[in-house]
Amino acid sequence: MKKAAPFRRSFAAALAGLLLGAAAWAPAARAEELVFLSTQLRPIESAQKMRTQILAGAPVPTNFVTEQPPQLGVHVRAEAQAGKPVSSLIGGLHGELLPLAGTRNLAPLDDVLGSLTNRQINPAMLEAGKLGGSQQLYIPWMQATYIMVANKQALPFLPAGADINALTYEQLAQWAGNIQEKTGKRLLGFPAGPTGLMPRFFEGYLYPSFTGGVVRSFRSPDAERMWTQFRDLWKFVNPNSTNYGFMQEPLLSGDVWIAFDHVARLMDALSRKPDDFVAFPAPAGPKGRGWMPVVAGLSIANGAPAAAEAAKLIEYLTRPAVQIETLKAVAFFPVVQVEMSVDLDPGLRLAADAVAKMGAAPDSLVSALPIGLDQRGGEFDKLFMDTFQRVVLRGEPPRAVLDRQGEAMKRIIADTKAACWAPDARSDGPCPVE
Amino acid sequence: MTPVWRRGLLWCGVAVLCAWTLVPIYLLALGAFGGREIVSQWPKPFLPLGLSLDTVGAFLAIDGVWRATWVSVQAAAMCMVLALLLGVPAGYALARFRFAGAGSYRLLILMTRAFPVAILALPLTVSFINLGLYDTPFGVALLHAVLAVPFATLVCASLFQGIPAELEEAAWVFGCSRFTGFLRVVLPLALPGIAAASIFAFVLSWNEVFAASVLTVRHRTLTAYLLSVLSESPLHVQFAGGLILIVPSVLFIFLVRRRLFAMWGIGNR
Amino acid sequence: MRRAGALPYLLILPSVLFLGVLFVVPLVQTALLAFQEGGTWSLGNWHRMADDLNFQDAVVNTFSVVLIVVPLQCTLALGMTMMLRHVQRGRDIILWVWSIPLGISDLAAGLVWLAILTDQGWLNTLLFKLGLISGPQAWLTYETPMVLLAGIIVAELWRATAIVFVILLAGVQLLPKEYEEAAEVFGASPWQRFWRVTLPLLRPSLQTALILRTVLAFEMFAMALALGGRNFPVLVSEAFNWQYGNQDYGVAASYAVLVMAISIAATLIYLVALRVPAEQRA
Repeated sequence: MKKAAPFRRSFAAALAGLLLGAAAWAPAARAEELVFLSTQLRPIESAQKMRTQILAGAPVPTNFVTEQPPQLGVHVRAEAQAGKPVSSLIGGLHGELLPLAGTRNLAPLDDVLGSLTNRQINPAMLEAGKLGGSQQLYIPWMQATYIMVANKQALPFLPAGADINALTYEQLAQWAGNIQEKTGKRLLGFPAGPTGLMPRFFEGYLYPSFTGGVVRSFRSPDAERMWTQFRDLWKFVNPNSTNYGFMQEPLLSGDVWIAFDHVARLMDALSRKPDDFVAFPAPAGPKGRGWMPVVAGLSIANGAPAAAEAAKLIEYLTRPAVQIETLKAVAFFPVVQVEMSVDLDPGLRLAADAVAKMGAAPDSLVSALPIGLDQRGGEFDKLFMDTFQRVVLRGEPPRAVLDRQGEAMKRIIADTKAACWAPDARSDGPCPVE
Repeated sequence: MTPVWRRGLLWCGVAVLCAWTLVPIYLLALGAFGGREIVSQWPKPFLPLGLSLDTVGAFLAIDGVWRATWVSVQAAAMCMVLALLLGVPAGYALARFRFAGAGSYRLLILMTRAFPVAILALPLTVSFINLGLYDTPFGVALLHAVLAVPFATLVCASLFQGIPAELEEAAWVFGCSRFTGFLRVVLPLALPGIAAASIFAFVLSWNEVFAASVLTVRHRTLTAYLLSVLSESPLHVQFAGGLILIVPSVLFIFLVRRRLFAMWGIGNR
Repeated sequence: MRRAGALPYLLILPSVLFLGVLFVVPLVQTALLAFQEGGTWSLGNWHRMADDLNFQDAVVNTFSVVLIVVPLQCTLALGMTMMLRHVQRGRDIILWVWSIPLGISDLAAGLVWLAILTDQGWLNTLLFKLGLISGPQAWLTYETPMVLLAGIIVAELWRATAIVFVILLAGVQLLPKEYEEAAEVFGASPWQRFWRVTLPLLRPSLQTALILRTVLAFEMFAMALALGGRNFPVLVSEAFNWQYGNQDYGVAASYAVLVMAISIAATLIYLVALRVPAEQRA
């Protein structure tokens, strides 16, 4: 046994050396620049424009890091739990920042807001930035929404008498049906893949348009009719839809002629071939034209290593000129009042017009992103996708599915005690599933 | 069958299998170098016409790709070292000794391989932050080593098992200690296999995505970095990213191919 | 067998400590999580897992892939190993080419096969040029589940056969030529030599390869996600969905524990079925 000693000794020495080396390495993780953690502008090209164009003129050197929405909370909380946050500035949607407020990971920004002079931030959005409390927890950063885009080749197939800017879901189905009849192809598309934003279509567009609500009316007879109708419409939908993440690609490749998606995820098609496409508002149902504006905000992490720098960056990003720069670079719209310059590129112009028409439509019905679901937002989304899979893809009877999923929704609402949000009627206490 | 026929058949088989490996990579390369238009092009070309470096160039110019590559290399190298330091002795113990607890140890090793280890990254995050290992290549390497050590141990155990103990015993007769006997007799025989095990370790760390994503923010490994940007990027960018992930592995395996090849050499000895 | 003494314990000690801290502790935490809800013992997570829409599909899909892929891979890898034994010229290049997929992550492999199998991909181009289809065809949708499964199996076969191949090759190099030569002297055909001599001698390597490969196949998911999107749930992808998407760590932990239980069962089956004497003399 003695003879084995040299081996063991050298082994132990090597291991010790390795560990020492690692220990010397660890402090390399020091904060030398402001870390800006964002769930927005994740797509590589947007992130790149953020870094090289928008942040190029920033007053403080910034490391822009993107994170998947569900991981944002995990990330920030883990950093906070250890008492050594790495990220200072946090950029996310209203619904993503809300749970962080619940766990007290966001620092109050009233002072920062006070220093933001000579810009007019949309007051409704500012109010939402208090996240239901008395202190400002995020400052609006930029906004976006979902619209529809169609290839001009699809226009001749519009049903007689239909106005593309005031479509109904029935007309959309007829339109896609006409196209299938004439071309033999299913050319309507939805972003229902794993990275697609399809749940927002159900939560902010389909449900409000057909039932006037989301939670309250989840399993109402209206909802049952809606799902039956949507299942009929799905006959004209490209079956690849359950793989699509961004509709700009199938639009550009011609796999799809009509598509619904987030503006930023359609922009590539619109700006590269503005002459080939038209953008238009989402369709309307019996209860109105449901649509969902999305606001992203900026927060500073509690105990942030670079809080002062982060405040400077907020000031920079909300300057009207920077907001316009943001619009041009990444197609997110300003949240402060700006002179809309005329030199917008044609694709951006198309999108902006569609959004404006949607907002100005007489039957416009604004829906909010789910509020107050904390960490359960993902499960809430899943609920709609599960319902969709069961009713539409597997052909299960809507009534039974809705009753079953309604129980799951009740559980989520009961656990989180979330109150109703628009367009559901207000509730005292947790939002009831009627 | 005449030998000529047999040789012909053999070479056909070899050629088919080579094509089976290479053609898909070639097609991905066409996608990566085809520029934006390749995605919507129909029918797709099979020949490299109209190549452009735009996508790949744009990709490599992205902030952080190079830094992420360096982090990946660090983490993978450390993971490899850890796997060997811990796996070779353990593999030797399993192969050469019958000892109480060997069974439970084997079970521990197998359990490690049987568990989606990346999920463990979450409970580990907080302790890593406290230890200052969060967001460091070493922290990532530690978790990857949890995956790689059992690999290395199992492969080494089966290697050592395959080396007749008589060889080693003969070395002791000629005055070698257990250690020098191991060093001079067993190790050279097992080296190609150990090289293969360390390649596993390196590549495993290079390719692992989820633990690396959870345990880092700024010092992302390349794969984790690409995952965060690729999953929501246009297809042509995804192709370029995929190719960039593949190229280093191909090169790395090319560099160690002689080691891999040596495995064959011993059999012919 | 050697006198054991303290040496084996010293040899395994570092790895035991290492795995204890970095694996067993968080593992126990995860297992506790799977059986608890709101701080009390509960099977709630398991009910939610089993009730879920994708659970059955995930189980079926995972097992279909594993049961089809692993035997195919072993056969293919054995074939490759045997072929390489008869190759003299250009061996190291062939070895290199065949080992390339070893270094390819399932993320990258998913992208490779997406490029090929997508509607306007190269497979359809080939079929189009052969006159078999008239235009882009969708293969990877919920309407073509068998083609989707086949696509994932082909992709998995492409990516992960190399690992089996290398392990088997490492085993083959240790086989003494004498046995086969003796068999040849006694007039055994090549086929008999392979079945009666080489294959039994390869058992330890085969066992290692099978265990590693099966366990890894149960963990496959980036590929399924890249090719199948929402249409091809597997157990691990569901675990990650619950963990990251739905933020329900309890259900994710249940999935993780389930995957582990299945993998351990598979491993035990191999260990028993391919029992190798502790010190097989090769």
